[in-house]
Amino acid sequence: MSSSPHSNVFEVFRKEKRGSAFEHAGSVVAPDADFAETWAREQYGRRGESVALWLIPRDAIRDVEDWADEFDLKYRRVDGYSIKARLKEARERAGTAGPG
Amino acid sequence: MSEQALLGLADDELVLGWRDSEWTGIAPLLEEDVAFSSIAQNEIGHARAVYELLAGADGDADALAFDRKPEEYRCAPLVELHLLEWAHTIARRWLYEVADEIRITVLKDDSDSAVAGLAAKIDREEAYHRMHAEMWHDRLRDEPRFRKAVEELWPYAVGMLPEELRPELAVRTGLDLPSNTVLQAKERGSHTEELAPLWEEMTMVRRSAPAGAQW
Amino acid sequence: MAAVEIPRDEQAFLEYVQSGGQVETTDWMPDDYRRKLIKFIEMHGNSELMGVLPEREWILRAPTLQRKLALTAKVQDEVGHAQLIYRVVEDLGKPREQCLADLVDGKAKFHNVFHYPTHTWGDVGVIAWLVDAAAIISQKALLKCSYAPYARIMKKICWEESFHILHGRDVILAMVTGTEEQFGLVQEALDRWWGPLMQFHGNPIAADEDPMYLWRIKSQGNEEARQQFLDGYVPQIHELGLTVPDPKLRKRDDGVWEYTEPDWDELKHVVTGHGPKTEERLALRRRFLDQEQWVRDVVLAA
Repeated sequence: MSSSPHSNVFEVFRKEKRGSAFEHAGSVVAPDADFAETWAREQYGRRGESVALWLIPRDAIRDVEDWADEFDLKYRRVDGYSIKARLKEARERAGTAGPG
Repeated sequence: MSEQALLGLADDELVLGWRDSEWTGIAPLLEEDVAFSSIAQNEIGHARAVYELLAGADGDADALAFDRKPEEYRCAPLVELHLLEWAHTIARRWLYEVADEIRITVLKDDSDSAVAGLAAKIDREEAYHRMHAEMWHDRLRDEPRFRKAVEELWPYAVGMLPEELRPELAVRTGLDLPSNTVLQAKERGSHTEELAPLWEEMTMVRRSAPAGAQW
Repeated sequence: MAAVEIPRDEQAFLEYVQSGGQVETTDWMPDDYRRKLIKFIEMHGNSELMGVLPEREWILRAPTLQRKLALTAKVQDEVGHAQLIYRVVEDLGKPREQCLADLVDGKAKFHNVFHYPTHTWGDVGVIAWLVDAAAIISQKALLKCSYAPYARIMKKICWEESFHILHGRDVILAMVTGTEEQFGLVQEALDRWWGPLMQFHGNPIAADEDPMYLWRIKSQGNEEARQQFLDGYVPQIHELGLTVPDPKLRKRDDGVWEYTEPDWDELKHVVTGHGPKTEERLALRRRFLDQEQWVRDVVLAA
């Protein structure tokens, strides 16, 4: 993905505050994790904007971007269900249908 | 620690911070430029905190920082040198941090609790400066120009500390203490010819308005 | 659910971005889009980096400790922005080293305002207050850029810029409430910077003739940005008792600002490398790039 001819690109993930998930924040070019740490600390933390960082060499990341979608899989999703009509019928039968 | 010695610490941090801030925008790598600028800001911040302590509650830290004549500053010659070249800059950073840690450790035990407390705060921030300096020292240690820069600046680093702390500095750097002849004009108490032009530039805007003007 | 697939067809891609579609680094994109994107984003990176040079002299001359710290932090942010921006360009296919080489060789452009000299502390205030304000208007519009990695870094950039404007305003306010000479420094700086400020957003191309807008790289026309600047900042200038050096400047009843037409030839002349300080600043960049090449070789060696 990167065309940088030298060294590693380190992806930087940051946690904004306690309870937040780590989110991708950007990247630094660095020869090793020590340099990446020193530099990412400043680029993504000098304003107190992060409580934690994860630094990961880009090469260590496996990209996953495609899924098979050949058959009807709605049975296992919320948009595969429409209960309005049957619910109305059930309420009418039970005499519990509301006004309107 | 005496007021004069505290002033020496503040002046060291002010002038070194001034020198280090010269790299803002022109450091060898963009990522390093950002990190290095934080170090310069921290140094100015430390200077400010010490000036505020010395100036007292009703005093003016800016006046103390800027309104003395060059010969009244108590900084060591090491920080005055104009070293806009990376090997020398890192050599100075590394040597300064080793010497400064020795000095700060003594200050943390000061009988004045305000001084001791401030020293502890400075020390906690300096931990990151030391990480940075060690990292670069490791990377550059085999580079001839870096080794040469360390050798050139070593006597100045020695000159930063009072005599009783110098053996400790020699132990930590692995270098031999230089003779008194070599230390000539490199010890605190002397000033280099670099200080006057630095002071000129540092104070030119401030001096353009009457004393007490707001900025 | 199938992932959204970017159509591999220029017309369909155009419709995709014009209806709000977002593009990521690994997506297919027309060659023209990629080229224009790189050029635009690279110019932004160059501008952040060149903008540092007029300001860094004043770090050394700052008249108080607080101003020294604030100005150092502001300039540090600009270097940080350059880092973020060049990373985006690099992931699009142009290495940082190439961008910097093209910059110092005069083959790449940067914004007009960074080709001009600074003379006094008044310039420091005017730059942080008004030049940054003009830039932020453009940057906020870029939050909607069709190229998502660029839009994402604009969030961080805009967040960091917020203190720059406050710092600028604070510097100006201290001077306009100070001595008469200090007030004069601000007015004099404003007189010099007004021309470049009016040129900053570029000549008024109609949005539907601007390829940057058609590709939704920019989401705002040049004139729209300039009007926004005038709307926001002329009142601020006047309320401090400062004057704008343009006798034709006025707001019409329909809300549109009228002004003396900027010299667009001058703008072109400056951004193609003929500004008063262009050569000197590029030479400084070149000098330090060359001097410190050995550091990059040592640090980035595999």
